[in-house]
Amino acid sequence: MATRSTDTRATKRHPKKKGGTGRLDQKLRAAPRRQVGTEYVLRLYVAGMSQRSTAAIKNITEICDAHLPGRYDLEVIDIYQHPTFLQRDQIIAVPTLVKKQPIPVRCFIGDLANREKVLLGLDLQDKL
Amino acid sequence: MVTRRRSRPRKDSVAVRQLLKAPTGIRGLDEVTLGGLPRGRTALVCGGAGSGKTLLALEFIVRGIREFDEPGVFVTFEETVDDLAKNVTSLGFDLKDLIRKKKLAIDYVFIERTEIEETGEYDLEGLFVRLGALIDEVGAKRVAIDSLEALFAGLPNKAILRAELRRLFRWLKERGVTSVITGEQGEKSLTRYGLEEYVSDCVIFLDHRVQNQVATRRLRVMKYRGSSHGTNEYPAMIDKGGLSVLPISSLGLTYPVSNERVVTGVARLDHMLGSKGYFRGSSILLSGPAGSGKSSLAAAFAESFCKRGERCLYLSFEESPDQIIRSMASIGFDLGRWVKKGLLRLNATRPTIYGLEQHLVSVHNLVSEFEPRAVIIDPVTNLSAVGANNEIKAILTQIIDVLKSSGITAMFTSLTGGAHGHEQSEVDISSLIDTWIVLQMVQSANERNRILYILKSRGMEHSNQMRELVLSDEGVDLAEVYAGPGTVHTAAARRKSGDTKVIG
Repeated sequence: MATRSTDTRATKRHPKKKGGTGRLDQKLRAAPRRQVGTEYVLRLYVAGMSQRSTAAIKNITEICDAHLPGRYDLEVIDIYQHPTFLQRDQIIAVPTLVKKQPIPVRCFIGDLANREKVLLGLDLQDKL
Repeated sequence: MVTRRRSRPRKDSVAVRQLLKAPTGIRGLDEVTLGGLPRGRTALVCGGAGSGKTLLALEFIVRGIREFDEPGVFVTFEETVDDLAKNVTSLGFDLKDLIRKKKLAIDYVFIERTEIEETGEYDLEGLFVRLGALIDEVGAKRVAIDSLEALFAGLPNKAILRAELRRLFRWLKERGVTSVITGEQGEKSLTRYGLEEYVSDCVIFLDHRVQNQVATRRLRVMKYRGSSHGTNEYPAMIDKGGLSVLPISSLGLTYPVSNERVVTGVARLDHMLGSKGYFRGSSILLSGPAGSGKSSLAAAFAESFCKRGERCLYLSFEESPDQIIRSMASIGFDLGRWVKKGLLRLNATRPTIYGLEQHLVSVHNLVSEFEPRAVIIDPVTNLSAVGANNEIKAILTQIIDVLKSSGITAMFTSLTGGAHGHEQSEVDISSLIDTWIVLQMVQSANERNRILYILKSRGMEHSNQMRELVLSDEGVDLAEVYAGPGTVHTAAARRKSGDTKVIG
């Protein structure tokens, strides 16, 4: 299980993962970006800690923990702190979740409240 | 107690402040808008595909940097930075250099509809942050967005989009930048997605239409809140100098006239025109059938200007520059040396290369760039390939207005066909002409000879005689007049008739 956060505030609000990895923040920082066995590389762009941002973070971690335990790497990026990152992934709407791996690359805009659409897009619908 | 207001509020209480404008630097556009686009506000540029929207937006930014030292940000939804830079290299715009100098920032925003899934509430804060970062990076005073409509194609939720666009325009205004956004022409509205609903300050419409297989560009300012502006459709043109607009309505019949005379280049023809030649700044028409010596007289005229060290612009619709030089060398005019000295510019184009308006803009641009004292158009009748006679007349009126207002002497040649009378110029422009010289071919004694006479010459004494025009390797000249019984004797007849007397 791997959740990294570029934004410290986002990390604070980050719910603890099930499965007994207590202090995961430190572990994450030390961990290499791609771990063996990591199938899903996800980036979530949010604008500060708005309600929408927290909702999006909560929604995606719930989905990942339920369907991809230990198989994902999630990076949360606050666009106010890293405006230059926006060009890299062609972000205009926030929140946006970018699925970098596995290919094809897909973007999910919105707070990820429509769980079925996210699962469908992440190709997890069979595991519902 | 209620007092009814009796008079309107005093003027000074209204504190009318002149609307500040940001000049675009685009030739003609600042004249049409009386100073440029509204400063600190957003202007919409709309038009069909290929109408020059992107170019206008980009020129606004690049000229803003180069001519007015106002850094700018260009956001493109359509082309990558590299493509954009390549496309405008031919206009002499080095975008990469401006980017290196931190005067320009370009952001290519790419939205792939098929890769995007909508999963809940969102806003476009990402776009704002990107734009804001670029504005801060270069200290931008100007922003162009080309074209926002890509958002409509890329993002499914129109309600969110419309709310965010409204916020974007408010935000741009708060940032104090002057901005231009472009929009594709819609079927029933100005733009496909109704961007004009959000932009209320200034709307410019670009048109690109095809008539007689010839494309014509036009520009119109549809709306300009808080400012007067030219309301006509103005001919526009895209050439190697970029976009230019011709503010034709600014001209009229108010130009100053000169009493100065300019020689015709043929001494005896000067003599026929009150011994002094044409008026400077007048319009001259040479009409005649094929081979009657129109171009030769025009060359004599050009030579006379160049000899005085005055620049002359020769617009040819028939012959290439080299061919003109060769042809004129055969009658003793060495035009090549004037070209080398930069006094003569031979500009050859096919009339069908662009529409009439573009010819007008092209003449206008050449004149303002080269600053000639004389312009020759040889022959104007070839323009009938691209327009009806009344249109040509309208355009020639405008060309004459442009030239006369600058005190430039204009010479037009006109080809008359066999079916028309000699005194009928094919494009019917006689009323615009100050001095009209008619050339004819006469057949007598197994010869064809050239006859010249002055049909009219406003404001000066002029000869009523018919004279023979002689072209030789020494140049153009008029033969001495030999008046026979009731007719002008030319060539063989002239030599034969011993009893004729010399008049001129």
